[in-house]
Amino acid sequence: MNINFTLIAQAIAFAVLIWFTVKFVWPPLLTAIETRQKEIADGLAAAQEGKSALEVAAKKSEVTLNEAKQKASEIIGQAEKRGSQIVEDAKGTAKTEGDRIIAGAKAEIDQEVNRAKEGLRSQVSALAIAGAEKILRKEIDAKAHSEMLSKLAAEL
Amino acid sequence: MSTEHAEQALTPSGYITHHLSFNAKPIGNGSFWVLNYDSFIMSVLLGIVVMGLIWWVARSATTGVPSKGQAFVELIFGFVDEQVKNIFHGNRHSFIAPTALTVFLWVLAMNAMDFLPVDVMHHFVYAPLGLERWRSVPTSDINTTFALALAVWILMIYFSIKVKGLGGWIHELFYAPFGGAKFFKPKSAMGFVGLLLSPLLFVANFAFNIIEYVSKPLSHSLRLFGNMYAGEVIFLLIGLWAATGLTGTIFGAILGAGWSIFHILIVALQAFIFMMLTVVYLAMAHESH
Repeated sequence: MNINFTLIAQAIAFAVLIWFTVKFVWPPLLTAIETRQKEIADGLAAAQEGKSALEVAAKKSEVTLNEAKQKASEIIGQAEKRGSQIVEDAKGTAKTEGDRIIAGAKAEIDQEVNRAKEGLRSQVSALAIAGAEKILRKEIDAKAHSEMLSKLAAEL
Repeated sequence: MSTEHAEQALTPSGYITHHLSFNAKPIGNGSFWVLNYDSFIMSVLLGIVVMGLIWWVARSATTGVPSKGQAFVELIFGFVDEQVKNIFHGNRHSFIAPTALTVFLWVLAMNAMDFLPVDVMHHFVYAPLGLERWRSVPTSDINTTFALALAVWILMIYFSIKVKGLGGWIHELFYAPFGGAKFFKPKSAMGFVGLLLSPLLFVANFAFNIIEYVSKPLSHSLRLFGNMYAGEVIFLLIGLWAATGLTGTIFGAILGAGWSIFHILIVALQAFIFMMLTVVYLAMAHESH
């Protein structure tokens, strides 16, 4: 149990061991652990960031969706309005067109009627004259009764 | 030598003396120039094995998913680092934390040699190697524990002077912990009284500091030495009992197993305490009063 040279030998061994640990053991372990810690921290931060980004995106998409819905209903409303307007317009146009066609037809019919009347009139007057001529050939002189006959034709 | 050994082996005190004597060889004249080869070789071997293993793992340490070996080393690393972080608030990575790791693992390994069964080792390992006397536990040699404590003591003074300067350190020797009058303010009345009292305070402070500087390495080394030495003596006493007959062997084996299990606690605890005191002393050296 005497203090002897072992003391110095052990102290030197201790000093060498400390030097070895300080130089070769501690730094690589520290680097490995700290790098991993940083990586984990970064990963967690990135996950948090992603989470919040996802939330923002979800909110944004909801807003966009609502906007789109609103726009769609607006467009549908406008389209409906426009459709009914077109129908109204078409109805109006059809009515005027119909009226015009009817009026044209009526005018044509009138014209035709008038023409037919005119024809008939002249034919009837000719027929009447021919009939009257046949009836009155012997009694009536065409020249003497022409005034009365043309009067008759005008009345027809 | 051989007759002396045979004589020793026959009596209980001879048995204990044999197991508690070092393989000491003189390397010069005088009682100091003696080297305990067993303590020195065992401690150096253990230091190489333990720190070599750690270095081997640390060398190929990956920053990604660690292997089981690396995870284990990192567990120890984290444990030591956490302890140092709680005590020392400077840049611990440059010196104090690696020193604490070295102290903890080395002392733990040296203490753990206590688990080697003394007689089995003697009969089957040391005697065949031609070693009559061989102490397996370097920390039950006062030279080992005192060497570590002294090295820490020198580091303590080195850091004190490095942090506070030589003047600051000497100033602290005389001015802490009780304080003292300032030299350059003798004009006020209180300053004058203080100046008269200051030699007394200087003496008290200096005496206090000297006692502290002497007691620190002594308590540091003797605590570890005492625990390991007592543990070894108890193993020897149990071994003695085992030699008395069948009953003694059975109970000796049971007691020996029990003491070994309890000793695991002592081995780990003393290594931990030695490391903590090392860190505390070195941290205290960094603080100025």
